[in-house]
Amino acid sequence: MNYLFAIWAIVAKDVRSELRLRYALNALLMFVVTSLAVIIIAFQDSELNPEILSALFWIVIFFTAMSGLSRIFVSEEERGTILVLQLVASPSAVYFGKLIFNCGLTLFLSSAVTLLYVIVFPTFVIQSLVIFICTVFLGSLGFASASTMIAAIIAKAQAKSTLYTVLAFPVLAPLLITVIYATALSIQGDIWSNSIPQFQIMIGYLCVVVGFSFLMFDYVWKD
Amino acid sequence: MNSLKVLSIILIAFTIFAGITVPMAPQPQSIFEFPDIPGLGETARIIFFHVPAAWVSVLGFLISLYFGFKYLRTKEYNYDIKSVSAAGLGMLFCVLAMVTGSLWAKFAWGSFWNWDPRETSIFILLLIYGAYFALRSALGSDEIRARLSAVYAILAGLTAPFFIFIMPRVIGGLHPGAEGDSSGSIPIAQLKMPLNMYIVFFTGLVGFTLLFIWLLNVRIRAVSVEHQLLIKDQ
Repeated sequence: MNYLFAIWAIVAKDVRSELRLRYALNALLMFVVTSLAVIIIAFQDSELNPEILSALFWIVIFFTAMSGLSRIFVSEEERGTILVLQLVASPSAVYFGKLIFNCGLTLFLSSAVTLLYVIVFPTFVIQSLVIFICTVFLGSLGFASASTMIAAIIAKAQAKSTLYTVLAFPVLAPLLITVIYATALSIQGDIWSNSIPQFQIMIGYLCVVVGFSFLMFDYVWKD
Repeated sequence: MNSLKVLSIILIAFTIFAGITVPMAPQPQSIFEFPDIPGLGETARIIFFHVPAAWVSVLGFLISLYFGFKYLRTKEYNYDIKSVSAAGLGMLFCVLAMVTGSLWAKFAWGSFWNWDPRETSIFILLLIYGAYFALRSALGSDEIRARLSAVYAILAGLTAPFFIFIMPRVIGGLHPGAEGDSSGSIPIAQLKMPLNMYIVFFTGLVGFTLLFIWLLNVRIRAVSVEHQLLIKDQ
């Protein structure tokens, strides 16, 4: 009970400090809007087919996540509050608290991208909604799980933001290819059973990354 | 160690000699002829050099992981030196495997790079190596660098099997072992070769592995000396 309360306290603390500054939310939303604007300007005269749209959809989410998700640990390092957190909570409670916050942020981000996509691109019509929702949900959780751990790794490094994308891409690449493939299936209106292998990969990926992070977080967190 | 060096030279010399000089025939009559695989022809000889290089690049990564794990358990800096040496050599062989593979792909598949799942996975392995060294150069103190790079290598090592074993089964490709290939998804399972090719192939595999151990030994000693000189300077 104490442990769950510690996790909850960390999530609440992060949500409160985020709502005070709205730094990550504003930056992420502006990033989504600008990258969509770039896509629209670049493809002004050409008809975008569903496959290209689903790839661009995840590219926008990937780079937006890369611009914002590292903040969760970098801000603690910058404000010098890491020591306090190390004192008051166990490492795995910190990890799960940060993970839950990042999951929420990524889900918010991907729903914002979906909403804007539906408004902006008339050709973005999803034929099988269930596959699409499951893909976005599991994909966002997978993104958040790996990027939380990598954010903890780079918090102590120099040139953090550049390094973050470099480190995250090889780890996220299996997930990225799978979700792009599954999104294309959902746009083409494929049946549910055809997309089951993709969901197995996503769930397996999520379990592996979260389990690993839970076991190894001590080494990253404690000096 | 000396016998290992000699053995490695002999085995690799045999592989180069036999792999290049044994003639190819449509119906091999004796053990001194390789079968001529339709569509591949002489380019099939790349298997004696490309697969061992790819194997050693993966082996280097696994050894780096193993020593990284040992470092985390014991916090002895020697293990980090071993880990980074293995990773450096693995990266070298990874580049070799990519170059030989893409040269072969130009002649067999028509272009240097096709983004087939196996090519993508070796590309990701190269990116992991690159990211590992980028992370190391961005971390200041020895202890933090060793600890965090070991954790990153293990994380990357855990997600890599999704590429190597799972995704090629789900998303099709050209490389042996892709979806629809009955021989299986594991790279080794593609080897349906006659006995004489097997012998040359496995000689090459063992020779490259011994060469890697030799190079690793030299590299570990060089990095340790570098590290000691650095400590002396400070």
